[in-house]
Amino acid sequence: MSLYARRLLLNRFNLLVSLFAMLFGLFWLGWILFTLFEAGFKALTPDLVLRMTPPPGSTGGLLNAISGSLFMASAGTLLGTPIGIMAGIYLAEFGRRGWLAPVTRFINDILLSAPSIVIGLFIYEVYVVHVGHFSAWAGIMALALIVIPVVIRTTENMLRLVPDSLREAAAALGAPQWKVITFVTVRSAKAGIITGILLAVARISGETAPLLFTALNNQFWSLNMNAPMANLPVVIFQFAMSPYENWQQLAWAGALLITLSVLTLNILARVFFRNKTPVY
Amino acid sequence: MNAAVLQSTPETVAQKIEVKNLNFYYGGFHALKNINLGIPERKVTAFIGPSGCGKSTLLRTFNRMYALYPNQEAQGEILLDGDNVLAPGQDLNRLRAKVGMVFQKPTPFPMSIYDNIAFGVRLYDNLSSREMEERIEWALRKAALWEEVKDKLKQSGTSLSGGQQQRLCIARGIAVKPEVLLLDEPASALDPISTGRIEELVHELKTDYTIVIVTHNMQQAARVSDYTAYMYLGEMVEFGVTDEVFIKPKKKETEDYITGRFG
Repeated sequence: MSLYARRLLLNRFNLLVSLFAMLFGLFWLGWILFTLFEAGFKALTPDLVLRMTPPPGSTGGLLNAISGSLFMASAGTLLGTPIGIMAGIYLAEFGRRGWLAPVTRFINDILLSAPSIVIGLFIYEVYVVHVGHFSAWAGIMALALIVIPVVIRTTENMLRLVPDSLREAAAALGAPQWKVITFVTVRSAKAGIITGILLAVARISGETAPLLFTALNNQFWSLNMNAPMANLPVVIFQFAMSPYENWQQLAWAGALLITLSVLTLNILARVFFRNKTPVY
Repeated sequence: MNAAVLQSTPETVAQKIEVKNLNFYYGGFHALKNINLGIPERKVTAFIGPSGCGKSTLLRTFNRMYALYPNQEAQGEILLDGDNVLAPGQDLNRLRAKVGMVFQKPTPFPMSIYDNIAFGVRLYDNLSSREMEERIEWALRKAALWEEVKDKLKQSGTSLSGGQQQRLCIARGIAVKPEVLLLDEPASALDPISTGRIEELVHELKTDYTIVIVTHNMQQAARVSDYTAYMYLGEMVEFGVTDEVFIKPKKKETEDYITGRFG
């Protein structure tokens, strides 16, 4: 066999193996989504978003859990995003000199990959134990702590993609550094930074562990920040573990709801990033 | 101190920038070696030389662009109207407002054409919107771009072609009314027509500004400049009136480079 024919054969073989690896991964993902739709779809009724979580054996919806989740995820994002963006700006724009930035970056990487249950336990230890009860505040803090490292990482990476020549061009006009950053570099990286925030929101909207030790759950409608607050992940966890069929049904519906919203966020992030990335 | 180099600047011409015993280091690398030079006022001075000879490095000391990066250090004196640019207390933002710069690659900001120019102007001038419009038109006309963009000032600066973007950057640079304009290979990424426009522009701008241009293109240096400096390996080999440098260079190295017998 000639060298060329052998190379051709090897290429086909490797392509085939890669294809099967891809199909294998996709198969499980497809199965998960299929199961989710099959089990959760019939529970997608108007009741789901109009009624509160029911006691065992009666009908109801997930209104308190949905609104609690929406509320805590937005508050956590609002709290974590500015901190994350500013820290990311520090790392990318001021981190060229000194030891503080590399150390911060290293610690942030650890935080980024820390199991979320550790973050839940941390807030439990430093906040919940001290105030003596679970609360929405604690949940928000835990979620914000998950948002921060994700936003720091994406903000820094996106700012690093902005070419130095653009910074130089702005500095060459006599612009002070803060103006260079706010009007030129951050603006150039805006689409990427927003994508990072959306991905952070997607990440926290499915987190169960950090809420289990902080916001816990609430059977009823509550807007009290100092009391436990209902949320989808913990409700799903609780209902799915229960022996009651109506609760299990609602858990499936909740899981489907979270999956769909994460999917939507991911699609939005992609569309946003694709349309707004400037070409240099 | 290289006396021959200093003497080659005619005494009759006023000097805008005087470089005295300048040494530059990238970390441990000695990139500029004892440079002495006088940049004549309201003339075009070209820096030529092979890649890596330090001509861009020298240009970037005039507005202390290098100060953006760690581990880059200049020693010596650069006098701009007698004021030492390298002095520790120098206000870099004011200095850069006085010494404008245009880079090799066009660098439009991610904002409208209007704002691209207004950005720099707003830093040091408080203009009414009418005055601002006048300033922007003036700068765009100077940069020979007005006719092409006057109806789309609100469009993004990044939507323009490469040559237009570069002229936008020049307009942006002159809109802040600097005294010196540093051009770092401003036409190397452009097609011949855009290059021609930019060369005409340089010729026109020298009535108001002191211009220093770094170029790889020797014909360009010969066409646009009044004075030419030939650099090699971080040293100033020859500096003088462009015609003399190109027609009868004093040094053998310069002649070899210019005639293409280099290396």
